[in-house]
Amino acid sequence: MVLWSWILAAGFVSFATKLAGYLVPARILGNPRMLRAAGALTVGLLTSLTVVTTVSSGSVLVPDARLAAAAAAAVALWLRAPFLVVVAAGALAAAAARMAGLP
Amino acid sequence: MLSFPTIPPDRPESKAGCEKPGRTHYPDSVELLASPAVRVGLSVAVATGLYGISFGALSAASGLSLAQTAALSLLMFSGGSQFAFIGVVAGGGSGLSALSAAALLGLRNGVYGMQLNFLLRPRGWRKAAAAQLTIDESVATATAQSELLEAKRGFWTAGIGVFVLWNVFTLVGALLGGAVGDPRQWGLDGAAVAAFLGLLWPRLRSREAGAIAVACAVVTVVAVPLAPPGVPILCAAVVAAVLGLRRTPPRPPEAAADRRPDPQPGLNGGA
Repeated sequence: MVLWSWILAAGFVSFATKLAGYLVPARILGNPRMLRAAGALTVGLLTSLTVVTTVSSGSVLVPDARLAAAAAAAVALWLRAPFLVVVAAGALAAAAARMAGLP
Repeated sequence: MLSFPTIPPDRPESKAGCEKPGRTHYPDSVELLASPAVRVGLSVAVATGLYGISFGALSAASGLSLAQTAALSLLMFSGGSQFAFIGVVAGGGSGLSALSAAALLGLRNGVYGMQLNFLLRPRGWRKAAAAQLTIDESVATATAQSELLEAKRGFWTAGIGVFVLWNVFTLVGALLGGAVGDPRQWGLDGAAVAAFLGLLWPRLRSREAGAIAVACAVVTVVAVPLAPPGVPILCAAVVAAVLGLRRTPPRPPEAAADRRPDPQPGLNGGA
């Protein structure tokens, strides 16, 4: 019962955090300078997400089969492959690297 | 160019579904599937949704009931936060520390929300729905598009797609336990890596964007061992925003003046 209340509270906090961002008036961001910052933010967030999903496991940097996935995806992107092919290349490369013995 | 998706001059879709529902154009499925953003959103949804199996299995192994596991995926709906929550519970931590870990990891969703609100401008109940669907994958899919309509389609496809599949596969994982094996074995974590790289790639055309990406990659790698999970992304976000604010490109003064009378301050500022 106690755990249930923490689950509900944590769910509420998660939603409230997301909603708080939506309650920031859009016009605050509506000048060219903020737009540039928002564009930079997108690049920064996507880069950070890519790096985190590639080399981190919790708070530890772990080089493993995911590096092969990143390399395969980069090659596919370089060859202008469609998105789905890029994703499939990443999955295949990681699965193949693990079969080859990488962690 | 660092730019948000641009709004077409007449914003044709801005009126859709608001005042005149009768005149709303509902694209059929063929038209929707032809949209690159929808296809990206669907691939992202499958790759991410399948991961729900590992959450469900791990949550059940941590001692949570089926209903508690399902409630986390439905209500919290943010993979990293959910794993953190059950990780603390499994380690014997208090409910408060489980909640705090999940809340810290979810802070970036607030930044995402701000960005999506500016980009998509959802109104009424859509604001609440969009908030619940605000996660790494839906934000990445939306912001990677170069047109507003595509950004909207990408956000809702990835958001709803991941929500449905994540919750279904959470149940599958919780019911089957470890019997389905580790999704990593199938290279699903590699699919996630490739998806994020694929969303980042088209944004790296300018030298400026490349410099920001390198700086953020370095900050992330340095921050991962030092900060709790989720926080490195926030560090990178701060660095990116500061770099974006500082680098003022040479812009003819009349171009800046032209923007001021614009009644709807556009998303095309970076274009």
